[in-house]
Amino acid sequence: MTTTTASGVSQQHEANPELSARWRRATEEPVWIRWTLITIALTFLGLFLVLPLLVVLYGAFEQGLGVWFAAINEPDAWAAIRLSLLVVVIVVPINVLFGVAAAWAIAKHEFRGKPILISLIDMPFAISPVVVGLIFVILFGSQGWLGPWLAAHDIRIIFAVPGIIIVIAFGTMPFIARELIPLMQQQGKEEEEASLTLGANGWKTFWYVTLPNIKWGLIYGIILCNARALGEFGAVAVVSGRIRGETNTMPLHIEVLYNEYMFTAAFAVSSLLTGLALVTIAIKSFVEWLDERSRESTAISHEGAVS
Amino acid sequence: MSVAKKRRVIPGFGLTMGFTLFYLSFIFLIPVGGLLLYTSMMSWEDFWRAVSHPQVVASYKLSFGAALIGATINLVFGALVAWVLVRYRFPGKKLIDALVDLPFALPTAVAGIALVTLYASSGWVGQYLQIAGIKVAYTQLGVVVALTYIGLPFVVRTVQPVLEDLEAEREEASASLGASRFTTIRRVILPSLLPALMTGYALAFARAVGEYGSVVFISGNMPYRTEITPLLIVAKAEQFDYHGAAAIGTVMLLAAFALLLLINGLQWWTSRRGV
Amino acid sequence: MKISLRHTLIGGLATLFVASASAAEIELLNVSYDPTREFYREYNAAFSKHWSELKGDEVRVRQSHGGSGSQARSVIDGLDADVVTLALAYDVDALRQQADLIPENWQSRLPDNSSPYTSTIVLLVRKGNPKNIRDWDDLVRDDVEVITPNPKTSGGARWNYLAAWGYALNKFDGDEDKTYQFISKLFQNVPVLDSGARGATNTFVQRGLGDVFIAWENEAFLSVEQLGKGEFEIVVPSVSILAEPPVTVVDKNVDRKGTREVAEAYLGYLYSDEAQRLAGQHYYRPSNPEIGKEFADSFPDVELFRIDDVFGGWQKAQDTHFNDGGKFDSILEEISRR
Repeated sequence: MTTTTASGVSQQHEANPELSARWRRATEEPVWIRWTLITIALTFLGLFLVLPLLVVLYGAFEQGLGVWFAAINEPDAWAAIRLSLLVVVIVVPINVLFGVAAAWAIAKHEFRGKPILISLIDMPFAISPVVVGLIFVILFGSQGWLGPWLAAHDIRIIFAVPGIIIVIAFGTMPFIARELIPLMQQQGKEEEEASLTLGANGWKTFWYVTLPNIKWGLIYGIILCNARALGEFGAVAVVSGRIRGETNTMPLHIEVLYNEYMFTAAFAVSSLLTGLALVTIAIKSFVEWLDERSRESTAISHEGAVS
Repeated sequence: MSVAKKRRVIPGFGLTMGFTLFYLSFIFLIPVGGLLLYTSMMSWEDFWRAVSHPQVVASYKLSFGAALIGATINLVFGALVAWVLVRYRFPGKKLIDALVDLPFALPTAVAGIALVTLYASSGWVGQYLQIAGIKVAYTQLGVVVALTYIGLPFVVRTVQPVLEDLEAEREEASASLGASRFTTIRRVILPSLLPALMTGYALAFARAVGEYGSVVFISGNMPYRTEITPLLIVAKAEQFDYHGAAAIGTVMLLAAFALLLLINGLQWWTSRRGV
Repeated sequence: MKISLRHTLIGGLATLFVASASAAEIELLNVSYDPTREFYREYNAAFSKHWSELKGDEVRVRQSHGGSGSQARSVIDGLDADVVTLALAYDVDALRQQADLIPENWQSRLPDNSSPYTSTIVLLVRKGNPKNIRDWDDLVRDDVEVITPNPKTSGGARWNYLAAWGYALNKFDGDEDKTYQFISKLFQNVPVLDSGARGATNTFVQRGLGDVFIAWENEAFLSVEQLGKGEFEIVVPSVSILAEPPVTVVDKNVDRKGTREVAEAYLGYLYSDEAQRLAGQHYYRPSNPEIGKEFADSFPDVELFRIDDVFGGWQKAQDTHFNDGGKFDSILEEISRR
């Protein structure tokens, strides 16, 4: 490697077209590589993402908007939608708290057994949804350990809403934490240390230094967590009891419809569920847009101050 | 700077660690501990008989093997997708970005139905693959397809924020030092992405091992050939054999934990060496 | 965004309260298996009307459907069913064996082995019967692909298996070995083992897989009449099994909830003329022979055998054939070694 200083090169490359080309070669890819990569990525996504989505949308709207609307506007469907939204409203905030706390503890501090803790946080992904359901049946079922006590006190956990919330909280636990940990690790802790050295307290440092830095990771985490909480199926199927209009979440309701050979209705509710999950993406784009706008305005005021 | 000094500088360790451990215990450790305790109530012979039956062993091979292949596909293509989404401009980028999370949003059963509609020999894609002599639905390849699908967002979404955050200065510095683009990617970008890549890989793998809903539609569920382990657990539970189900569940749990520990340990070790 | 979140929360909580408030009127929970949805939806309305005319009370029947085995498991684990209406007696009997929810004599408490409607197992083939499938013998031909769900996870599939077994046992004059070979050969022709009956129907109907689908008679009718009109034909085998889906009150639950009277009336009314006709309309064979005559045209005459006569009851059939290490397991193992 050469030992030319960065400033030297940038001065030179403005003058020297050959160096400028070399500079571009070194910081970005040639056009043909760029488009090859884009094509490969899009082909992959097309096969795995777009086509399945098209199947769902095709199934949902095959028989027209009226049929789609009729499938959604049905008491059992509404009950399922309400239940799924209730679950999200409870589970996502809890996971935000947990995710931020865990990432702060893990990424900004050194301690023994860190890989074990991280692996434990990953575990809910690795446990089959079926086993998750089984675990809670073993704990709370009437043949289970806590079941008789719960029954004596007339507390319903499984085959009722609390059980559904618990299994979904279990399954979505890692999302936000795992989104934030690598990001915060990659960012290091210099900025926080600087802020603290300058006299800010821990909360202030978190609020003004860390949070802006991890904003995107947090938003991605929430998107994933929200989507997964809406879509969770296997574990809920075990603990829900499938009472129509009461303990069927949207995915379970979809399964019910599919098993009733009401394919159009099943795909209609699926398309709605997909839409709900993608709402968070719209929010993300909106935040992005706000962010860009505020950055532009500060840049302008900054320039004004300099001149 | 010593490790001990760093720890003293940044506050909140007690609070955040406390809450992390509390929540982890409440929602995770106690239930999982319950499962392990439940399994431990079996006699060793019963346990061994339940988990070592040839049919069960065949299902381990399929579940773990297909999950590894699926996660590896996701590692390569996920990184590529994240790169393309962050670095390049092309029409429809926003939409594609939004779609990446789809595999989480669609209930797994719907995903399974959609995939089998596509890849069955009469399906949209399957009929063309059929001509090429490739059968996807109701084969082990079908399992790989389903597991790739459900793990897809992990690598993309863990790599994406890190890539967005990567300062251009470091690449420019590398370039100005005369490094070629390839060298810059290999020596500067890849090491920064490594933790995120490994995390995404671990998560995609972990999720794939336990997947049930989407696979059962596309795999054909033939014992010894295309039957995944979670399906066997369901079958045991339906026959009221909770102990057998819990035993196989425990094996899966321990194996997944060991693999996650390996990957996370490896990552922790490389990141420490890198500093 | 804030507003919609709040609305959602209020909406969600309201649902919870409404659910608990309406518990004051009479409510029954009927835990059933997949193919009965359409029938019970209509029957519930009929019963509610009947009961309000009789007693003046409103009855709301809540429904839960799923695979028969997993539904039984849910009730055992605490799902508050007042009545269960499942696919086979083995699953109902599990309520007694696993959790002591019902007495030992449950099956003799109602007429006809507690089965107000029956069905049988038939063969569904594609239009024009291209593979010329006439009877069970054709299912072991090398050129035939058979669709049936997995007997380990599906109650319907167990009926299928036992129907074929009973036929073969009869054909080979009780030679168990030959019968075993016959069933083994049949399962070699099965390319996909779905976990439930409805999943298997979808594989055959939607995916177009297989030449013949072994199915409940009522499901076969449903496929022919509604799923793909004119695309399928029913082939009635020479011999089949009498499938008796039993019903029972879940004693422990109704005594705790104080719903025994309604629950018993609910099941009792299944034997009324009105309900029997409803069952016939939904392609179940009415147990009342008088009503059965009205549907004689739709239900072909088949020589039916009972599980008790050929297999000595469900418990024995389950132990010999479907439990771990049973005959079905060894068939699977044999096939895997080929």
